[in-house]
Amino acid sequence: MATMTNEKTEALIQEVLEVYPEKAKQDRVKHLMVNDQDPDKSKKCMTSNRKSLPGVMTVRGCAYAGSKGVVWGPVKDMIHISHGPVGCGQYSRAGRRNYYIGMTGVNAFGTINFTSDFQEKDIVFGGDKKLDKLIDEVHGLFPLMKGSTVQSECPVGLIGDDISAVAKKKAKEYGKVVVPVRCEGFRGVSQSLGHHIANDAIRDWVLGARDDDDSFESTPYDVAITGDYNIGGDAWSSRTLLEEMGLRVVAQWSGDGTLSEMELTPKVKLNLLHCYRSMNYISRHMEEKYGIPWLEYNFFGPTKIAESLRKIASFFDDKIKQGAERVIEKYQAEYEAVIAKYRPRLEGKKVMLYVGGLRPRHVIGAYEDLGMEVVGTGYEFGHNDDYERTTQDMGKATLIYDDVTGYEFEEFVKKIKPDLIGSGIKEKYIFQKMGIPFRQMHSWDYSGPYHGYDGFAIFARDMDMTLNNPCWNKIVAPWKKGVEEDEAIAENA
Amino acid sequence: MALRQCAIYGKGGIGKSTTTQNLVAAMAEAGQKIMIVGCDPKADSTRLILHAKAQNTIMEMAADAGSVEDLELEDVLKTGYADIQCVESGGPEPGVGCAGRGVITAINFLEEEGAYDEGIDFVFYDVLGDVVCGGFAMPIRENKAQEIYIVVSGEMMAMYAANNIAKGIVKYANSGSVRLAGLICNSRNTDREDDLIIALAEKLGTQMIHFIPRDNVVQRAEIRRMTVIEYDPKASQADEYRVLAKKIVENKKFVIPTPITMDELEDLLMEFGILDEEDESIIGKTAEAC
Repeated sequence: MATMTNEKTEALIQEVLEVYPEKAKQDRVKHLMVNDQDPDKSKKCMTSNRKSLPGVMTVRGCAYAGSKGVVWGPVKDMIHISHGPVGCGQYSRAGRRNYYIGMTGVNAFGTINFTSDFQEKDIVFGGDKKLDKLIDEVHGLFPLMKGSTVQSECPVGLIGDDISAVAKKKAKEYGKVVVPVRCEGFRGVSQSLGHHIANDAIRDWVLGARDDDDSFESTPYDVAITGDYNIGGDAWSSRTLLEEMGLRVVAQWSGDGTLSEMELTPKVKLNLLHCYRSMNYISRHMEEKYGIPWLEYNFFGPTKIAESLRKIASFFDDKIKQGAERVIEKYQAEYEAVIAKYRPRLEGKKVMLYVGGLRPRHVIGAYEDLGMEVVGTGYEFGHNDDYERTTQDMGKATLIYDDVTGYEFEEFVKKIKPDLIGSGIKEKYIFQKMGIPFRQMHSWDYSGPYHGYDGFAIFARDMDMTLNNPCWNKIVAPWKKGVEEDEAIAENA
Repeated sequence: MALRQCAIYGKGGIGKSTTTQNLVAAMAEAGQKIMIVGCDPKADSTRLILHAKAQNTIMEMAADAGSVEDLELEDVLKTGYADIQCVESGGPEPGVGCAGRGVITAINFLEEEGAYDEGIDFVFYDVLGDVVCGGFAMPIRENKAQEIYIVVSGEMMAMYAANNIAKGIVKYANSGSVRLAGLICNSRNTDREDDLIIALAEKLGTQMIHFIPRDNVVQRAEIRRMTVIEYDPKASQADEYRVLAKKIVENKKFVIPTPITMDELEDLLMEFGILDEEDESIIGKTAEAC
């Protein structure tokens, strides 16, 4: 598609919606919009966080995925019990690349699946007794673990297991935290409610632990990183920058995080919120209860990094403000070299994104630093506040889609013809078969980190490696073969 | 004779288990080969036949053994009065787990193990009063009970429950072979009870298959964990159960019921003087206000 205009993009939406039955069309039209940075002109309010339509192929997850997979799972020194049949725990095991330091099975447990493995009898007679026994077993087998969580799978909500009672009893028995999380998969419309439920569990069972204990020696420069899941080491490459500018990172949630760090978070001076979607709830809670301000920051690409470092520094004294400038200056030669190398190879390329929590807006700046343009973006499970935050970062007349369906995404791609797509494993092979360069932007395609200056170099290399790979010219989708040949013949005629 | 599978439903406390056991005792006495499947976590559907407090249940034994796959049919089937085969699905104590899933698991187990294959004439499912979830509808799903008998009395709530059960039957009747086979009136000595139940049966498109009068001999037998048939075969009440047994053996009237609306049911109750004409002016008024 040539230059996008409001009219053209609007027409594209209408054209793609045309195949739907009337009712589906009326629903889906509310989830698609043409971007306009002027809030007054962007009259249309995006509809989001609603139930997906049956039959459209959504890639959303469930509340259990949001709690166990996203928020709690990466807390490495706790044992997260998937309470219910074996599948939920097994198929969500170690898939999210939340890197951590520690000896797995000794003092860290991130990649192990712990499950109560429900059988018929547990459904009929209830799983409470089994849970009780399971907690005994994990305490016996893994004495260095710091606490446990009970992640409810669907049947637990149906049969009404009283996991809170078991949690209280076992916590008292062993003197270690047991957190019951009622994140049954059928609750809510996506993984988003699972984040909220998990945040509430942190609030109710963890955060208050050291309210009456001031033995922790705090400094004026204490901060916490929240909502960084350390995918491919992201949190580590962020943390170094904060430390270099003079801040002390007291806690890092939940990637490579610990229970003790979470408990100490109420002692910090500023909460640095990376994934707004999944952890804004607990940040707001700490703001209300402990008066800790929070800031959503973005460490993708040098422009946003510098902007964020200065914003963070503005909460502190001159020492930190100078520190931020020092850090930016220190890495300047490095990131300029990256840009000098890759920008000529990537300049003017168009990108379409469809991802989760924060990336549909946060990575835009990193692409722009490389001279690329994001022409379409959307969230799997975003809310209105996410879309409000996105309009400013996206160009005029670009396309924004919420909970995009398999059909819509493919059609949009066919019409907009981006040079690169950034989305997840479920989308990857379809688009690759269509001959379009593709990067997984949930798992960084087994690469990373992408955060910070170190991450930017890897990000730039990966995008170049994918986009300029000669293989794409050799690929014609099997179902397009006949058509392309016909077109080629027609062109040559 | 082909196996006939019957399920007994009705409001909680109406006397389903007592009626079922007396009925099957009378049928067995007349030479029929019977099996009772208790579908109630209380597991009290077979005590009068086995002279036992409560039988070991499928789910209890499955939990002890590990899973139902570890059980054998002979572990769960007990033989009682007149060679009646008894089995209880069992389930959790009140307030935990899922009793409905227990019924589903138990019935699947019986089918897979071929419990119904050997020379059985009748299977009777005695089901928990309220069909609160899919599990308790298990006996009326495809290829299970084809005949449903509803135990009812002349009390309003019992009739209300009977009508609701009829609604449940319609749902499964349209997709399978289950039919309503009749109302069994277990008398509470209310006024014109027989006429009322006959009228209700007509409205539901079925029959009152038998009117069982109230008789304390039933309770005297129960104290001894026996049916009347066994405890006092000469009692006139025993004959009532024998008549019911004969009617059920000979029953051919199997219908898809025509449940009625709440208004129609109230009209019927008013017609029989059980419910007063509705006085709109008193709705929501406290005793003091009146």
